[in-house]
Amino acid sequence: MLEINQLHKSYAIGDSSLHVLKGIDLSVAKGEMVAIMGSSGSGKSTLLNIIGMLDEADSGEYILDSVTIKNLTEKKAAIYRNKFLGFIFQSFNLINYKNALENVALPLYYQGLKRKERQEKARFHLQKVGLLDWQTHLPSELSGGQKQRVAIARALASNPKLLLADEPTGALDTTTSSDIMAFLQQLNDEGKTILIVTHEEDIAAMCKRIIRLRDGIIMEDKIVTQVRAEPHV
Amino acid sequence: MIKFLFDRDTWQEVYDSVSKNKLRTAITMVGVWWGILLLIGLLGAARGMENSFNRIFGDFATNSVFIIPSVTSKPFKGFQDGKRVQLTLSDLKKIEENVQGVEFVVPKNQNSALVVNGFLSGNFTISGDFPVSNEVQKKQLSQGRFINQNDIDLKRKVAVLAKDIYKQLFEKDENPIGKYVQINNINFKVVGIYEPGNIEFSGDAVYIPFTSFQQIYNTGDKIGFVMITGKPEFNISQIEQDAKLLLKNLNKIHPNDKQAFRSFNLGKEFDKVTGFLKGMQFLTWFVGLATLIAGVFAIGNILLITVKERTKEIGVRRALGATPFEIKRQIVVEAVFLTMLAGLFGIISGGWILIAIDHFWGQGEDAILVNASVSIAVVFIALIILVILGTLIGLIPAFKATSVKPIEALREE
Repeated sequence: MLEINQLHKSYAIGDSSLHVLKGIDLSVAKGEMVAIMGSSGSGKSTLLNIIGMLDEADSGEYILDSVTIKNLTEKKAAIYRNKFLGFIFQSFNLINYKNALENVALPLYYQGLKRKERQEKARFHLQKVGLLDWQTHLPSELSGGQKQRVAIARALASNPKLLLADEPTGALDTTTSSDIMAFLQQLNDEGKTILIVTHEEDIAAMCKRIIRLRDGIIMEDKIVTQVRAEPHV
Repeated sequence: MIKFLFDRDTWQEVYDSVSKNKLRTAITMVGVWWGILLLIGLLGAARGMENSFNRIFGDFATNSVFIIPSVTSKPFKGFQDGKRVQLTLSDLKKIEENVQGVEFVVPKNQNSALVVNGFLSGNFTISGDFPVSNEVQKKQLSQGRFINQNDIDLKRKVAVLAKDIYKQLFEKDENPIGKYVQINNINFKVVGIYEPGNIEFSGDAVYIPFTSFQQIYNTGDKIGFVMITGKPEFNISQIEQDAKLLLKNLNKIHPNDKQAFRSFNLGKEFDKVTGFLKGMQFLTWFVGLATLIAGVFAIGNILLITVKERTKEIGVRRALGATPFEIKRQIVVEAVFLTMLAGLFGIISGGWILIAIDHFWGQGEDAILVNASVSIAVVFIALIILVILGTLIGLIPAFKATSVKPIEALREE
């Protein structure tokens, strides 16, 4: 599903350069639910950005679903992102002047789907996250947990191979966090491959595999017994 | 691209983004609105002025010159200076034959005489004319007809009166056609009444056949003055020069004698006015377009700010799979839409201005601005200019929007 070999990335800071990723080797199979942990500066966000094709590695190999991701033009990256990836952000990143349904339908718009088809699919995914009744509400009218569920529905809309979640519960309280995690676990149960970047141990524990990064290298990579999140809804 | 323009979602996106901040959108549009308003208003007013001038000149052949014989100022071929110049019909024949570009040569004799109708009378200008006089300055006849060739040939005693003269000589509502008036105690039958135009060389006058004039005043072949009109493609100043030189030659006048003939070149005067109007129109376009460009820049400026504010949103869209082209296209469409919308408002309110101008200054006989208006072509040109400028200015924020990497855009708070 996902193959990364000897991935290096450094950033130029003034005259010196900061070596953020120092040779990452990672392999994720279909249906895995992986937590990437590490303190800030460990390179976990950079790794996620490279996986998410928002950033490009200096060297190394990245293969996603048998496609080598290399020398991407902005256009190609956009198409790959749309086709392969679903993003879930810490701050939800919903478009504030679009209602829930329109937000979910947005990736489908960029796929070039017809309006009817888009709305149908978007409704289906909203229903999946249990917010069909809220479809005409603007993000400002939704609670944090609801917003994140809309964001998840949006990430799912284009039926991606891989879900990338960057601190998906970072802006949520404990109860809502476990709701969201329960939902992500459910998606994983249905076969979705999910990558979660987090620095919370209990969130990581709800995944099936934990990768710990420190100073740009993988310190630990272990399979864990998944703690099931308890939904409160 | 066509499909994109007719896609409901495209316009939904435009609507969403411009309605997000209505006040800002409105203020942005003011510049372009004002530019178009100025352009339409000024062009319309300039047109109104042109129409007003055209109305003053009316049906008068504008490429014409009056030549009035006067007194010589230089001795020549044995003649002393101070000789009175007298033109004759044969001189005019020569002009017609020899000067290039002449369309009509209209001789006139004028005199002042007492005109009597019963107990009513007055002193008026009597003008001996040929029918061709009507070709040069079309008479607005309210009743009857103008002098015709038969009148000339038969030296008929017929008269065409100016409306004001008719009013002085006849009772109110009395039908003058077929009635007789006495000019120098000779009965003339009234055959027509005309309404003077804005330019009347002779003022209000009683027109009688040239031949009848010859007879009653015993003028023979002598003529008072002559009016020459040129064919449209010929320069009237050249015709004036050629005709004067020929006349000097025929009458043994020094070629450089400047005072022998007085003249009034209507063509020259008319050219001055049209030149002025051209200048006005140029100025209008210049001012209007400059304002428009400033307005379009304001739109570009606001869109730059908007794009900056929406950096994160654009980042999200790109993370969701929007290509840079799609982002740019959307911003350019927004720019064009805003300029067009502002332009349309400008055209509409410009139209109101023209209606107001027409209402206040465009009514009545002596209106300053007649039918102030702009042609549809001008409106289309203005709209096309708007689309082009809008597209060009939209490209700046568009490239700005996609110059930020999506990852940096997402990091923006």
